[in-house]
Amino acid sequence: MGSLRGDVGRGLLANAGARVSLGVVAALAVLAVIGPWLNPNGAQTLDWSRVAAHPALAHAHWFGTDRLGRDLFVRTLEGARVSMMVGLVAGMVSLSLGLLYGAVAGYAGGRTDDVMMRTIEIIGGLPLIFFVIFLTVVFGRNEYLLFVSIGAIGWLTLARIVRGQALSIRRQAYIEAAIATGAGSVRIIRKHVLPNVIGPVIVYATLAIPQIILLESFLSFLGLGIREPRASLGTLIAEGAGEMEAAPWILLAPGLFLTLLLLSLGVFGDRLRDSLEPGARR
Amino acid sequence: MTADSTVPPTLRTQELRVEYPIDGGTVAAVRDVSLGVAANECLGVVGESGSGKTQLFMAVMGLLPPKARIAGSVTFESEEILGLRPQALNRVRGSRLTMVFQDPMSSLTPHLKIGVQLAEVLVHHRGMSWRDAELAAHRALDRVRIPDPQRRLRQYPHELSGGMRQRVMIGMSLLCEPSLLIADEPTSALDVSVQARILELLSEVRAETGVSIVLISHDIAVVACLADRIAVMYAGRIVESAPTAQLVRGARHPYTALLLQCVSDLREARSARMPFIAGQAPGASEPEHGCAFAPRCPRSTQRCAAERPQLKLVGLAAQVACHHPLA
Amino acid sequence: MLRYFIKRLGGAIPTLFIIVTLSFLLVRIAPGGPFDEEKSLPPEILANLEAAYGLDQPLWVQYGRYLRALLHGDFGPSFRYKDFTVTELIGEGLPVTAQIGIAALSLALALGLGIGVTAALRQNRAADHTFMTLVGAGIAVPSFVVLPLLGLVFGIYVHWLPVAGWQPGSVRHLILPVVALTLAPLAYVARLTRASLLEVMQRPFIRTAFSKGLPLRTVLLRHALRPALIPVAGYLAPAVASIMTGSLVVESIAGLPGVGRYLVQGALNRDYTLVLGMVILYSAILIGMGLVVDLLYVWLDPRVRYER
Repeated sequence: MGSLRGDVGRGLLANAGARVSLGVVAALAVLAVIGPWLNPNGAQTLDWSRVAAHPALAHAHWFGTDRLGRDLFVRTLEGARVSMMVGLVAGMVSLSLGLLYGAVAGYAGGRTDDVMMRTIEIIGGLPLIFFVIFLTVVFGRNEYLLFVSIGAIGWLTLARIVRGQALSIRRQAYIEAAIATGAGSVRIIRKHVLPNVIGPVIVYATLAIPQIILLESFLSFLGLGIREPRASLGTLIAEGAGEMEAAPWILLAPGLFLTLLLLSLGVFGDRLRDSLEPGARR
Repeated sequence: MTADSTVPPTLRTQELRVEYPIDGGTVAAVRDVSLGVAANECLGVVGESGSGKTQLFMAVMGLLPPKARIAGSVTFESEEILGLRPQALNRVRGSRLTMVFQDPMSSLTPHLKIGVQLAEVLVHHRGMSWRDAELAAHRALDRVRIPDPQRRLRQYPHELSGGMRQRVMIGMSLLCEPSLLIADEPTSALDVSVQARILELLSEVRAETGVSIVLISHDIAVVACLADRIAVMYAGRIVESAPTAQLVRGARHPYTALLLQCVSDLREARSARMPFIAGQAPGASEPEHGCAFAPRCPRSTQRCAAERPQLKLVGLAAQVACHHPLA
Repeated sequence: MLRYFIKRLGGAIPTLFIIVTLSFLLVRIAPGGPFDEEKSLPPEILANLEAAYGLDQPLWVQYGRYLRALLHGDFGPSFRYKDFTVTELIGEGLPVTAQIGIAALSLALALGLGIGVTAALRQNRAADHTFMTLVGAGIAVPSFVVLPLLGLVFGIYVHWLPVAGWQPGSVRHLILPVVALTLAPLAYVARLTRASLLEVMQRPFIRTAFSKGLPLRTVLLRHALRPALIPVAGYLAPAVASIMTGSLVVESIAGLPGVGRYLVQGALNRDYTLVLGMVILYSAILIGMGLVVDLLYVWLDPRVRYER
């Protein structure tokens, strides 16, 4: 496993697309964390002397200002920070759900497995985003609920993969030996199944994160996600779309940031998958 | 090489070589093979998997992947067909020169009815209408002894048994009255009882139509049923070639002798079909030092490891590449 | 064939039933009633309101009533658009949404297949790399960024097309929304088609087809394309889901009076019945799409009929 990981790492870094995309993701993340301090303006500071101002180096509003005179450089980066946080937190929710569900189904096998997989198939066929919207209607808009419900969408693929891996691992001799020595199910899942599925899980988590970020931005864009005074890339894009005719930069700054983030995360996830499963490349 | 040298052979390969580039170097799957198939002759080609027998005839058919590097010459009916543009090759391929593959389960297109798959050959090569082509397809199934052809034409491949599918493949290959049919392990994927009937069919077809046949197999017993002459391949080269009766009676190459030995050993226990010879064939990427079979050969000497034996004529019709041939 | 379809249908109906039931229960167990925000209502009016909407009845009576109404295509009254039933709202919006959705789906399939096949035939050559790079970008750029940008370029800078708005029968108003909706599924279809075609071209029956002397074009179209379409068919339902989702933002941005915009409005206003009706409608459409895909599989691979 160690050597496999080493190979994957080396193969990945030999790939220009993987290097560039990983670099861009890292740069965007660093920028989102420390960026706001690079600029003298605060996120909520209203500069009434420059409302909806052009991007310009001269007045320290590098990406311009919005209609209330707030600095767009700072707001975009703070929005990006929120979006990336959601991506990570909801990603973790997906990861945990997928791991748990998949490991249990694969380990249990038989009828339990059948029922659990059939359930996934049914859930997978539903318009899940509408259920998230539905939940926000029923329970009111609540950011924790948002994290959980977005996270609850991404776990299906993961659960399938983990289940497949768990199923094949379970059949291997050393697991049977572990069972024979009286090791409990929980212990076997924790000690043998989970460590062995970690590679594919990382890949699919990487692929799930851009989708989660996209979903959050989508909901926030519609006004169903993050709300004022907090902002995410989605709410900023919504603002920008409304001001497009007069001040297109209000849209461009968060729009380009989101696009770049999704694109580089997507490319990196694809390359990561290719290097783990060469068969998937063709 | 042919018994009657005044008639040009149907197929002749000269110094045919197939190589694949692989990081830095190349691997050779087929090494300088020259052979000929005369009109109405049946040539058997025997070798274990990886010996290059399939690669050789895929090269003849122009079916190798683009990355394969092919050198040498292939003449079919006195025409050079190696390196022909696909358009020109496609006039011969599928009409005068046809091939039947190992696995009849996966060699037919799953979503097309048998009738369509047969008829399209005639539509393409003969310019027939689909209607006429289907009638001809009906006769083709009759010829390969498929009962109730009308029904079969309307079925999909998965509705037929393995043996039936191989009959369809053979019928398909005969549609345009080919002069050469290459059958690559046509019976290996089938039950033993079905195997015999497919071989019987090939033999009948040959008698009826005068087609030449190349029968490729890992099983020398299968080949011996049908072939006039057998060529034995090892590590990309022909190591022995002789008329069947002569070869079976007294092989000259130690490898051939071992193959025959395996067959008689296995005659009682017929479950294992693959002959077993201790040791392993050299990898195609390893450079050649001397005789490729030397490491496994009971008769090998220092000379075998140093100098590669050339294929030399022995008697009237046999060839062998060995420094110490059996008498 | 018929048995296969009935079996599939038999799986779909209970699924829809479970969705309806769960959604209905979710609405009823939610904290707070639908009229909570109208704080100044005197108790007797609230009671009247609840009686009018049947909320004073026991849960199972309400559920039975809702189910019976659903079977007649009646989604109940809207809680916010007081003069309309949900069915009326859907009836008004659905044609608009269906129009842009079907246009987007058809475009995505036609162009995506074309691009995927072209890229596969020119594997690892310039056209392939160019297409696949564009496709990667197409997947990444969200429709709610694309549409405003398209509006900026084609509407505001060069004045070719209207940025937003709706006129019955005007195709020009629909072009930008349709393009924005098309990009993501188009990119997926192209990518799937390319990968799947390259995989199918390695199969033994393709070698047989070449050995028959058939030209590349025939091998590709007659022998390879149909099996290569199986994964693409599998993507149809997700594609419809993606377009339905996209239509929410696209209709909101472009100001089109489709069901997507009603759903967003309904969600913002906490219009329970409207959102519930929409969720059921969209689930039914997706489940229906799943059935269509099942039928497609039969055509694409005749073995399916017997296996399942």
